[in-house]
Amino acid sequence: MSELKSTGPQTMDAPTPEDALHEAATLRGRDQTDASGRLVTADGKSLKSSLKRALRMQKLRALMLIAPLLIFVLVTFIAPIGSMLFRSVENEIVANTLPMTTAALKDWDGTTGDLPDEQVYQNLFFDLFIAAEAKEHTKLGSRLNYELTGVSSLFRQSGRRLDDLGEVYQDPLEDLNDAWKDGATWYDLMSGSGAGDTDLVDDQRRRYNALTQSTDRRDIGFVPSQAISQMLPRTARAYTAWATFTVYADEDVVAEEDPWEAVHAALALDLMADGTAAKIAAYSGPRADLLQEAATLEFPAADFKTGFGEIDEDWLAHVTWETIKTYSPKYTNGYFLNAVDLQKTADGFEPRPENQRIYITLFQRTLFMSLVITFSCIMLGYPVAWLLANLPARTANLLMILVLLPFWTSLLVRTSAWKVMLQQQGVINDVLVWLGLVADDGRLVMINNQFGTIVAMTHILLPFMILPMYSVMQTINPTYLRAAKSLGATNWTAFWRVYFPQSVPGIGAGSILVFILSIGYYITPEIVGGTKGVFISNRIAYHISSSLNWGLAAALGTILFLVVLLLYWAYDKIVGIDNVKLG
Amino acid sequence: MAESSGIDAFVEFERVQKSYDGETLVVKDLNLSMPKGEFLTMLGPSGSGKTTCLMMLAGFETATHGDIRLDGTSINNIPPHKRGIGMVFQNYALFPHMTIAENLSFPLEVRKIGKSDREAKVKRALDMVEMGDFGGRRPAQLSGGQQQRIALARALVFEPELVLMDEPLGALDKQLREKMQFEITDLAHRLGITVVYVTHDQTEALTMSDRVAVFNDGRIQQLAPPDLLYEEPENSFVAQFIGENNTLEGTIKEINGGLALVQLDDGELIDCTPVNVSEIGERTRVSIRPERVEFNKERMKEGAHTLKAEVLEFIYMGDIFRTRLRVAGNDDFVVKTRNAPDQVRLKPGEHVEIGWLPEDCRALDAP
Amino acid sequence: MKLNKILLASSALTVAGGLAFAASHAEMANSMTLVSWGGAYQKSQIKAYSEPYMEMHPEVSISWDESSNEAVAKLRAMNEAGNITWDLVDVTAGDAIRLCDEGLAMEFDPNELLADGDDGSSAEDDFGDLLVSDCFIPQIVYSTTFGYRTDLVGDTPPADVCAVFDLETYPGKRSLEKRPINNMEWALLCDGVAKDDIYDVLETDEGQQQALDKLGTIKDQVVWWSAGADTPQLLADGEIVMGSTYNGRLFSLIEEQDQPVAMLWDGQVYDLDGWIIPEGLPEDRLARVKDFVRFATDTQRLADQAAYISYGPARKSSAPLVGKHAELGIDMAPHMPTDPANSGNTFLQNYSWWADYRDDIDAKFQAWLAQ
Repeated sequence: MSELKSTGPQTMDAPTPEDALHEAATLRGRDQTDASGRLVTADGKSLKSSLKRALRMQKLRALMLIAPLLIFVLVTFIAPIGSMLFRSVENEIVANTLPMTTAALKDWDGTTGDLPDEQVYQNLFFDLFIAAEAKEHTKLGSRLNYELTGVSSLFRQSGRRLDDLGEVYQDPLEDLNDAWKDGATWYDLMSGSGAGDTDLVDDQRRRYNALTQSTDRRDIGFVPSQAISQMLPRTARAYTAWATFTVYADEDVVAEEDPWEAVHAALALDLMADGTAAKIAAYSGPRADLLQEAATLEFPAADFKTGFGEIDEDWLAHVTWETIKTYSPKYTNGYFLNAVDLQKTADGFEPRPENQRIYITLFQRTLFMSLVITFSCIMLGYPVAWLLANLPARTANLLMILVLLPFWTSLLVRTSAWKVMLQQQGVINDVLVWLGLVADDGRLVMINNQFGTIVAMTHILLPFMILPMYSVMQTINPTYLRAAKSLGATNWTAFWRVYFPQSVPGIGAGSILVFILSIGYYITPEIVGGTKGVFISNRIAYHISSSLNWGLAAALGTILFLVVLLLYWAYDKIVGIDNVKLG
Repeated sequence: MAESSGIDAFVEFERVQKSYDGETLVVKDLNLSMPKGEFLTMLGPSGSGKTTCLMMLAGFETATHGDIRLDGTSINNIPPHKRGIGMVFQNYALFPHMTIAENLSFPLEVRKIGKSDREAKVKRALDMVEMGDFGGRRPAQLSGGQQQRIALARALVFEPELVLMDEPLGALDKQLREKMQFEITDLAHRLGITVVYVTHDQTEALTMSDRVAVFNDGRIQQLAPPDLLYEEPENSFVAQFIGENNTLEGTIKEINGGLALVQLDDGELIDCTPVNVSEIGERTRVSIRPERVEFNKERMKEGAHTLKAEVLEFIYMGDIFRTRLRVAGNDDFVVKTRNAPDQVRLKPGEHVEIGWLPEDCRALDAP
Repeated sequence: MKLNKILLASSALTVAGGLAFAASHAEMANSMTLVSWGGAYQKSQIKAYSEPYMEMHPEVSISWDESSNEAVAKLRAMNEAGNITWDLVDVTAGDAIRLCDEGLAMEFDPNELLADGDDGSSAEDDFGDLLVSDCFIPQIVYSTTFGYRTDLVGDTPPADVCAVFDLETYPGKRSLEKRPINNMEWALLCDGVAKDDIYDVLETDEGQQQALDKLGTIKDQVVWWSAGADTPQLLADGEIVMGSTYNGRLFSLIEEQDQPVAMLWDGQVYDLDGWIIPEGLPEDRLARVKDFVRFATDTQRLADQAAYISYGPARKSSAPLVGKHAELGIDMAPHMPTDPANSGNTFLQNYSWWADYRDDIDAKFQAWLAQ
């Protein structure tokens, strides 16, 4: 202050911005500044950074406080929803189980009506062989059976009879020389000499892990030589695949085990290939003699197409291949198409046959009935909530217990109680007949239809409507009504113009709760819904727990989720989400 | 006690009783009549029945017994919305979901007044309370004082002849309250409306009202203009309730014309004006206002009684001095003196003689 | 010296023996979680299998989980989470096939895992055709069949499954399961399709439509059930004239609760129920489960179960050993679905066919229901 006073008089008649700055600086008085004029703290650190540090500590502490909740929400809420969304498009199983087949099918033009060529069938043989050994082929069968009836048993049965296709090539080899029966022979031959083809080993490891959804990184104790893998590519691949499987799945030693029939078949195919004979003649690695001897063998001509046809004629059906090709990509919109009564075809999609359309109907019905239930809850719950909010505390508490009572009984018990009430030989019908309002042979059908579902669900969800309405109404001061009346409003006008608008946030909150709950309900509709009262959730439950078509269930769930978001958005636009209060 | 009947009475309570539980009476035998244009305040501690009376008048409570008349017709069976009485509530009760203009328009709408008329009236009412620019706001965006004005404007916008106010200034700070007190009385007199005003704040009652009805225990204890109420309380409750008051307990020795001789409990004899005592030997409570007590011998009026007193405490309060004394065994005897240049400042422990005129000393009932 | 040596040797032997004993026991886990359907059926399993087993092995504790109706989904979820908490799961044969296809159930060699029959036959022969999947250990034969209210059918009680479709003679509501399996077969059978041709017909769109059309003739008189307890309840309440359910449920309704209900054995569809061992159990638990299964599915134990519930044992060798009901004291053989008097006209559910067609026909069936 003293500096200010001393500078004051001299500069008073000509104030400049500099003066103002100077004044400001001097006003700070004893604040410490560093060389560049920034404020510093008592111990000479920059004030800004120490403030930042203090705030960061605060934020960190706050974060740690909510960390358990955050982790809980992430793990139990965000992650499952994410995984659900992902599952509805995920379709890696086809490409993981039949990698070579799907690759070869890319070049196949399904529109010509021709079947795929021999190469595709050969690839299918090798793919399916490994899959069958890993017992993964039936999973693929189940997956594709959702799209094409019969694929399930096609894969299951083909898996059992693949050996037959391979034995055609195994027998001549083993007849030729007993050495082919010895695992060590194969090991020596395939290991060869010189540089190893580690890429192939990596490829097959990746493939094995993809097929079995594992992450095994162990060394398999075998690397095919590059010379072998160039000369006998199929054999090298099949043998490496087998070796990987032997180590990872069976936990055996490669050199001590006999390879699969598929490896023999691969060798035969290699030997029959053009130009292999010349290479073998020039080859001098370990067991070259055996190879040269085998090269002279006459194998039956490669005809896997016929072979598969003999296993099951469905392999010669165009639609089988079309389905496999359609579902080859790692991601598919097929589940979503199914969920809206469409089906995926080779070139786009088309409506499902009329007798299979169900989901659109169910979505509409779910939305419609949920709205009806929400509306019934409002109509029934509003007066109750009003009473609760306006009765003396003692009576209100008693009434509140009555409202909460249903929560204390099991959902199944409550639903079954409605069954007893509403069925044709039930209490209500008995009373109506006794009163003579209804003829004994004309008893009302009140259950196993939409009516029963609406009644039971309205009853079950009513507390979710009443509680938010009650807590909002409690905050509405009764003097507003008096004020309205003193201003000349009738009871009804006072209610409608003054009380009701203030209770809307409670109705909004209750409606959102009830609507969202009812849209996802399935136990009650399942029990009292009959055929016309079931919801989309019942189909979701069926696909989750019974048909195991989780992809479709996820797609249906995702659509339901989006519908709810859409409605929420619409609600926000129309009513305003600020107008929702839980108390 | 309270006067009833009156030929041009606008609001009348006749033998009105009210009980909520059928066992105790909250309002006991209420008789009251007020002429048009009067500003009447019902004053009393909480639970005294004043708000119940107001609610009965508004129609939110029904009288258990008796008759309430408005402009000569009984309104006992008329529902509140048909009574045409404006009302200002303690918490203003502005509808939070409506704008200020909508709030004001509401009583006009329910009266089916045309739109242009409505807008004109709303504007006029808002201008009247100097809130013309606030029509588009919501109540929550206004300060307490502003809300108070709007509540007032809303109660007046449909031009009622009678306006009830239930502790309308209770939530405001002191300065604002004083300002509003003035504005309300000014407005009431300007518009010529009849006002029934409920409060428990005596200053408010004294400064605003034409007449004040002091309530206690379900009865009107005194109904009088403010000055009479203060200077001539009719019983010890009113004396005690209105303003500051010194009391001395004693017994009537003699009543002689306009004077009563009272023997205080320590034996001293003093002269007082008898108010509601009549018999000799009756217990009495003598009431003397602190500003009517004098200890400065030079200023002591002639004929004043004097008593010995000991100073216990001296409080400097700016415009006045407040001295607490021990008088006739009473440790809470307060004397207020103006802070004048020649005023003596007493010190604790000093012994003085104090005195007052017999007409400033009122012998009242001893409860 | 000599004595010392002997002593030393014998003590070494004792130690070694003790170690061996400890080792053999350490291999087997001492607790098991079995999964079943709850109710009377699970009770029969506890009485016939687990109680005797625990008597023999007091160190073992067995806990039960009533989750069989959602076992398929739960097993898949456990498998994905990599934490199998169940040791042995009771499922229907259809579910077992699905679990096997999904790689969630363990494949086994019947002769190695299961005990030989009392009559000396190998396990494979004793169970015979009932080994419908490489993962399925058959336990009981039950049937889905009809019961009717004796007081609501007049003087001519139904003797033919097609009475279900005869609204003229037997008016009133009937209950059917809310799924295509069995209903489609009955519909075709009563629409004049020969029993042997039913699945061939059902493979075609026209055949499926034919079955649905036949069901359509009674659609508005049908109460569709999804829980096994529904039909007995509906029958007891007089809500329906007749309805399909599991024969064991009807047995307890008729014999234990004395309701005016009778069995319509004609056209009953055999179904199998049995155990599967989840894939991927740790070795010690697997060893315990194998030990238990071998015991619980031997000839005597399967026959014992029939004393508590009217389901037929899955072993041929158990049939002669079926005795009386443990509480009611009545002969159980006449109440078995496999009793010659009851099995004049039966089906065995065609599991492999349904495994293929279930998804497709179910979609059509549900669409038809929703119309």
